[in-house]
Amino acid sequence: MSEARGRLRNGDTRAAFLFLSPWLVGFLLWTAYPVVYTAYLSLTDYDVINDPTFVGTENYREMLTDDKVTLALGNTAIYAVLSVPFQLGVSLALALLLQRAGRARGLFRTAFFLPKMTPPVAIGVLVLLLLNGQSGLLNESLSWVGIDGPNWTTDPPWVKPGLALMSLWTIGAEIIILLAALENVPRELWEAARVDGASWWGRFRHVTLPMISGPLYFLALVDTIAAFQSFTEAYTAYFGAGNSTYGNDAALFYVIYVFQQAFEFLHMGYAAALAMLLFLVVLVVTAGQSALTRRYVFYYGDQR
Amino acid sequence: MSAVRRWLVLLGLCAFSLVFLYPFAWLVSASLKPRSDVFDNKLIPEVVTFDNYVEVWQEAPMALWLANTLIVTVLATVTATFSSALVAWAFARYRFPGRDILFGLVLASMMIPQAVTMIPTYLIWDQLGFVGTLVPLWGGNLFGSAFYIFLLRQFFLTLPRELFDAARVDGASHWQSFWRVAVPLTRPALVVTAVFEFQAAWTDLMRPLIYLRDSSTFTIPRGLKAMLDQFGFGGEWHWELIVTASVISTVPMIVLFLVAQRQIVEGIATTGTK
Repeated sequence: MSEARGRLRNGDTRAAFLFLSPWLVGFLLWTAYPVVYTAYLSLTDYDVINDPTFVGTENYREMLTDDKVTLALGNTAIYAVLSVPFQLGVSLALALLLQRAGRARGLFRTAFFLPKMTPPVAIGVLVLLLLNGQSGLLNESLSWVGIDGPNWTTDPPWVKPGLALMSLWTIGAEIIILLAALENVPRELWEAARVDGASWWGRFRHVTLPMISGPLYFLALVDTIAAFQSFTEAYTAYFGAGNSTYGNDAALFYVIYVFQQAFEFLHMGYAAALAMLLFLVVLVVTAGQSALTRRYVFYYGDQR
Repeated sequence: MSAVRRWLVLLGLCAFSLVFLYPFAWLVSASLKPRSDVFDNKLIPEVVTFDNYVEVWQEAPMALWLANTLIVTVLATVTATFSSALVAWAFARYRFPGRDILFGLVLASMMIPQAVTMIPTYLIWDQLGFVGTLVPLWGGNLFGSAFYIFLLRQFFLTLPRELFDAARVDGASHWQSFWRVAVPLTRPALVVTAVFEFQAAWTDLMRPLIYLRDSSTFTIPRGLKAMLDQFGFGGEWHWELIVTASVISTVPMIVLFLVAQRQIVEGIATTGTK
């Protein structure tokens, strides 16, 4: 009997690894090896044509004196700080509105989600068009209420706020997740708070917010990491062949700089070192946020 | 909730919907205007013309770009869905040595920024001689994708074990249990995966920027970027063509959402609240 069961389990193990095999190969080829090889390349000088030459920590020392690294890191951090809190705030506000929409909910949810389907390249185009300082729709709308809008796409201090503003157009996924989280809050809790005389704000602050803190922190983490890696919209709008006229330093996000070093200047070794720093930053952000999560997030029963 | 407050909520939702939908309307409207009117910000064009749609077809190989995008998108979708389902099934159905560690690696690999792997990935495709072709845009999907493995495993785990024990007693092989029993029951989740990947593949710009050199191999996003580089900057050139190409690149995604709305919404809600 035990022999038969042992054989069965061996068969299971073999089948399991057969099913698993695409990922096992893929993990080694497209994840493990690239991470190790990037770490190695970061210690070399490599232009794709000639073999990598080992230069020790030179790339890392060069990063310390490279003004563009500081610029790109600063730009990216500013963009994350400008975009993520607003994305979450507006998503939550719209999710709260949607929750009260009754039967029209599906219709409005569609309206809020549709922009998320737009290809990021087209969003980059829209940045240039809608946020154009002279004739863009945004400044025209602002002028109706007497505000003289800035040159969002050409005045350096306004470039990142413009991109952050545009990012508010694609918060459909956040809205759906927060709406689902709100639906999971047991109604009795609100009723109990209401009976106890809590105001709307009191109920929101002490019932709703703690109950959806899990998804909220999840989104904060995912959106922060995404902000640190944002590329396409800003690259489309401010970089690329033929676009040498703009002062585009204000839109130089970190991944754009890595991409330029790797594939436009063919400084693969230096780009690898830059990528390793990004890796470190993402790990620190993740570790930091999960420490916060453990401290502040409330999990309701064994629901999750 | 009082009637007044209900109306206020609806009014607020209508106002926000307008803000979210207006850029689409603006884009479509601009694509129907003659070149000189693109920036007039009028919702209803003074002169409606389809010239831009004709001209964009002549100025750029739109049909070719659409075909390339469709090829990449279909192959990426099929391969990612199938391979991720295989792997997810292994994690959901079987107990085997090292399973939890390996699944931990799946989750961990989601945290690795694309920038960290993109250089060696490029060098591998270069060694294989595929740089300049469409293969690097979908070939990686043959090996499963961490996010979809995670997503599909969640769904496979909801299937009752007894079902597969019974199938085994009836003589079903491992493959038959997967293909004949599990896959049909997981169709909604497979559709979610396919739709997510369809969107990701259709809209990707970074990989086409890295791998495609010749305009005849471009996908729609890469082509749109090329048009912007060629016609756009400075503004006095052919914004009407860029606007039109933007509409063409976006419409298939809108259709996709309207067709698969329920699956997309459910898929996103599950990933966020788990």
